[in-house]
Amino acid sequence: MTNLCFESIGETWSIVSDEFPFALWETLYATLLATAFAIALGLPLGVLLVAGEKDGVLPLPKGLLHALNIAINVLRSIPFIILMVLVIPLTRAIIGKAYGTAASIVPLVIAAFPFIARLVESSLREVDPNLIEMARSMGATPFQIITKVMLRESVPSLISNCTIALTTILGYTAMSGAVGGGGLGKLAITYGYNRYMYGVMAAAVILLVVLVQIFQALGTRLAAKSDRRQR
Amino acid sequence: MIELRNISKTFESADGAVEALRDVSLTIRDGDIYGVIGMSGAGKSTLVRCINLLERPSSGTVLIDGRDIAALRETELRKVRRKISMVFQGFNLLSQRTCLDNICFPLALAGVKKRDALVRARELLSLVGLSDKADAYPAQLSGGQKQRIAIARALATDPKVLLCDEATSALDPKTTQDILSLLKQLHETLHLTVILITHQMSVVEQICTRVAILDGGAVVEEGTVESVFSAPKSAAARRLVFADGYAHVSSPTDGRRCIRIVFRGTGTATAPLIARMAIEQGVLANILAASIKTISGREYGSMIVEVEDADALARALRYLKQNPDIAAEEVNGHDEPVL
Repeated sequence: MTNLCFESIGETWSIVSDEFPFALWETLYATLLATAFAIALGLPLGVLLVAGEKDGVLPLPKGLLHALNIAINVLRSIPFIILMVLVIPLTRAIIGKAYGTAASIVPLVIAAFPFIARLVESSLREVDPNLIEMARSMGATPFQIITKVMLRESVPSLISNCTIALTTILGYTAMSGAVGGGGLGKLAITYGYNRYMYGVMAAAVILLVVLVQIFQALGTRLAAKSDRRQR
Repeated sequence: MIELRNISKTFESADGAVEALRDVSLTIRDGDIYGVIGMSGAGKSTLVRCINLLERPSSGTVLIDGRDIAALRETELRKVRRKISMVFQGFNLLSQRTCLDNICFPLALAGVKKRDALVRARELLSLVGLSDKADAYPAQLSGGQKQRIAIARALATDPKVLLCDEATSALDPKTTQDILSLLKQLHETLHLTVILITHQMSVVEQICTRVAILDGGAVVEEGTVESVFSAPKSAAARRLVFADGYAHVSSPTDGRRCIRIVFRGTGTATAPLIARMAIEQGVLANILAASIKTISGREYGSMIVEVEDADALARALRYLKQNPDIAAEEVNGHDEPVL
């Protein structure tokens, strides 16, 4: 058992000022890129989960819908730290190497897109079914119903759910520091856990907390601003 | 012309099959304002959804201008739907779009260019008297204004038929009047066929030309508003026509008998008929319930009176039946004819 010991303030400050700017950039870059890719995969999947139901606008074969649901549940139940190891072959195939910030984006996307699909699913389920009937009565195609009614009407809800995804992925990037990913998480682990420099660890954690606060505040504001239901 | 032939619709639910429509046949001619009236659960909404195949009937045919629309391919059916617009009880406006964009919505679905759609939408906004609400969102409007926007939206694709599913049921009486006047005005200026689904008698009385009464999924009476309302034959029709009249007349006792008198035409309802019967025939009638209405500018009504005995009953019936504008029959305490 080690005593909780702090390095000197000067030491902390020199590490923070030397390494944090780049680590912050790596964290932001991994988070935003992973979120973007995860949305690109998760959004259509979430749409399929709702539209593909028996009474949905684009019914899928029952077996296919069932398989999608199971696949999503399986991916969501694998702990992220293990998923990162499991997808190493895939990461190598896509990025060419299994370590570094760019490489960490692959497991982040794999972990996040099923989560986003579920969030999108819940957003779309909030859409008033009467609006879908209205669109059908006007001769809308399934694609038009999905884009012009379901997605369009749930924009505020999608924004707030994407904010949840973004902050969750930010947390995951910190974890990816354990297996070769870069960023604030890596700093916290290498200095705090490996070298007992708790001051650096605390600074990294504080920065992560601040980032989450900023993302969440922005997302909440954007969602509220985009919502035309109460004014 | 819209013809429904032997339409039945059965819903499969967890606790067995529910028959929503049973062998419904109706003909709605171009230019009609056709009312379909019934209590909640009578199958009205299912019926109206069968007209544009939002619900596929379990059996039967829907003919629109002689074409069986169930046989159409999806793309053809979508074109048909653009000519049969729908107005809903809950307005169903898109909450995240302005009024103007809501009206543009069916045009966008039909592939009309945004610029042309906006021009058309502004015309329609002024037609429903809400030009100043172009950039407002539905949440900023009152119920009546929302329904006006919904009507404007329904008219965007130049439909021939307007299906109104309880379009005034969520509105207060004054706003209901405004919306009905608007519908009547649109019917006249745009030569629309209007099909109105409602549970409100007053709505049918005011603007419909023909009416069908739906009860338990079946049409129990059908015809011109005057003919159906002046002499409602079915129990369901009487419940609707005289809803606020006499739901429960107590059973006549001591050999006393009840007569239902139906007035069908101007003047008769206001003449001192009961008083005259007492003077001329010596029959003293006790008025148990009465309801008089003005329908399409003529007076109609119904009354239940009680007389002393079988002899008085016979004399009263004989006297009343002399008047061609009056129908009279003996009824029991539940307003059911005594055969």
